Amino acid sequence: MTQQPIIKVQNLKKYFPVKGIFFTKGYVKAVDDVSFEIMRGETFGLVGESGCGKTTVARTILRLIKATSGRVFFEGKDVFKLKGDELLWFRRKAQIMFQDPYSSLNPRMTVFEIIMEPVRFHKIEVGDPEDFVVGLLETVGMNRDHLYRFPHEFSGGQRQRIALARILAMKPEFIVLDEPTSALDVSVHAQILNMLRDLQRERGFTYLFISHDLAVVKYMSHRIAVMYLGKIVEIAPSDKLFEEPLHPYTQALLAALPIPDPEYTRKKPKIEIRGEPPSPINPPPGCRFHPRCPHAMKICKEKEPPLTQVEPGRFVACWLYTGRKG
Amino acid sequence: MKPILEIKDLHVHFYTYAGVVKAIAGVSFTVYEGETFALVGETGCGKSVTSRAITRLIESPGRIVKGSVIYHTKDGRKIDLLKLPEAELRAIRGKEIAYIFQDPTAALDPLYTSGYQVAEAMVVHRTVRSWKDGIKRAIEILRSVLIPDPEKRVKAYPHELSGGMKQRVVIGTSLSNRPRVLIADEPTTALDVTIQAQILKLIESLKRRHNATVMLITHNMGVVAEIADRVAVMYAGKIVEIGNVFQIFKNPQHPYTKGLLKAVPNPLIKVEKLESIPGTVPNLINPPPGCRFHPRCPFVMDVCRVEEPPMVEVEPGHQVACWLYTKR
Repeated sequence: MTQQPIIKVQNLKKYFPVKGIFFTKGYVKAVDDVSFEIMRGETFGLVGESGCGKTTVARTILRLIKATSGRVFFEGKDVFKLKGDELLWFRRKAQIMFQDPYSSLNPRMTVFEIIMEPVRFHKIEVGDPEDFVVGLLETVGMNRDHLYRFPHEFSGGQRQRIALARILAMKPEFIVLDEPTSALDVSVHAQILNMLRDLQRERGFTYLFISHDLAVVKYMSHRIAVMYLGKIVEIAPSDKLFEEPLHPYTQALLAALPIPDPEYTRKKPKIEIRGEPPSPINPPPGCRFHPRCPHAMKICKEKEPPLTQVEPGRFVACWLYTGRKG
Repeated sequence: MKPILEIKDLHVHFYTYAGVVKAIAGVSFTVYEGETFALVGETGCGKSVTSRAITRLIESPGRIVKGSVIYHTKDGRKIDLLKLPEAELRAIRGKEIAYIFQDPTAALDPLYTSGYQVAEAMVVHRTVRSWKDGIKRAIEILRSVLIPDPEKRVKAYPHELSGGMKQRVVIGTSLSNRPRVLIADEPTTALDVTIQAQILKLIESLKRRHNATVMLITHNMGVVAEIADRVAVMYAGKIVEIGNVFQIFKNPQHPYTKGLLKAVPNPLIKVEKLESIPGTVPNLINPPPGCRFHPRCPFVMDVCRVEEPPMVEVEPGHQVACWLYTKR
């Protein structure tokens, strides 16, 4: 892992209009002013509960949906301005693995066709196509027998392997992993996670790993960003985040995490988080977490806390810490 | 400990076009009064089917082909729920044995208010005198499941409530008749972690207040560690290991239980590499002969391929079905 950013996200916003009968009633602020960098070769984890905007961040970065404002740089190039050959290059180098392997593979295509379709589109020179696809299948733990079968003949874990083989065919640099194991069984998900880690070590991939499962994110990531209602509330190296979570939301999230150790869970103090995430259409003013926060102060209701660096590599958006810096 | 439910040699088959799916093949276990009993396993292992078979909630093409479910009533009688006439079973199901299902959106009827649905269970079982009383009680129940502003929410339709709130209404519906046994089938799987923690806490506190027995069906080992007293691990339609929560987590015996526990990352410990179980869950139309786990087992022996391992006790209250622990 080097300290060179491969992805730079600056003030990214994505608002979805809420349509009334005649005019727009308001906006869902799915992503609201998010900035971060991902270093080459690292796994950057993005966690948060459903509806916090983590998938929207990924899709806007990849230009699968249009951002409302903000900029994204991939290897120094402004992604939202790419055209022609450069856009094709970006589409090849930046890939995404989706959560649901049942809808991401075309049911009418064989595995061979599924993997070759983007190869043909991008006119990538591969020599003998069959050998090429078999090579990829072997990398993901499958074989020649699977070549002419259809997606419905495979289990969820195998489909996720096929999706990965299709990604590898593009020789990508950056891969978004959007809940890649959430649809899989426990005994199978470890296989996929380990394979992703091994591939990263061999080929130097950079991952943006999105999940609601903190335990999995910790296992996979070097650094983790925690999102709440369209905002990043904390960024920290993954060990640090678990040792000493700073933001009250991160603390609550960790406390709520079921730990597979009955002795520990019977001793641990229960910090309860009250209420539910508010609607992102009219988020609360000030800090968006303040209605649920046990430490809410007057300023939290009025002014939004900026994401500030409190220690080298640790960022938090909370008024409890903004004094610490200076 | 007094038993409340005894499941003996339960077999459930599904008759599909592709063949007969032997979803449950000889499952036996006992749930004791006042405990939280967890049934864990992966998708398709038969944990939900087992929980539904207890009150015969198996629909065509499924059929309970064999077995018995002995329910110990409050006055000490023992009834086999699988042999009971439908009308008598109905008087027990929803009243003495109630369910919470995974998906609160599917469990609630979108055309009726939350109050109506909570009251309905009481009206049907005649635990209230009239609908008016039922709605009044529903407000109390919604308050007890920690729904804010229950006077208003009692008139809310399911689409006006969030997922966590809907699951609270479902829990309210199940608890309205103060059941002796609460069967919770993945009650928090559709919910976020912070809401999951709230719901688990709620189930625990209600259980304590009403002195109920909880049977929890889940795939989440973390949730099991949090609230279960005893645990049964299921694999491919069979129970492979039963023990108390400490025995299962600290001293797992069956290779599948060990594998399952190693495949779940514990966020408190630095995990260098997760161990995975090779292969996938077998097809239950033609399950592997012998031990159903043998094709994926790292310790497989010749006997495992041909003969099914019996349940043996390895320590008091801790049983395992594996040839590694059985002298032949």
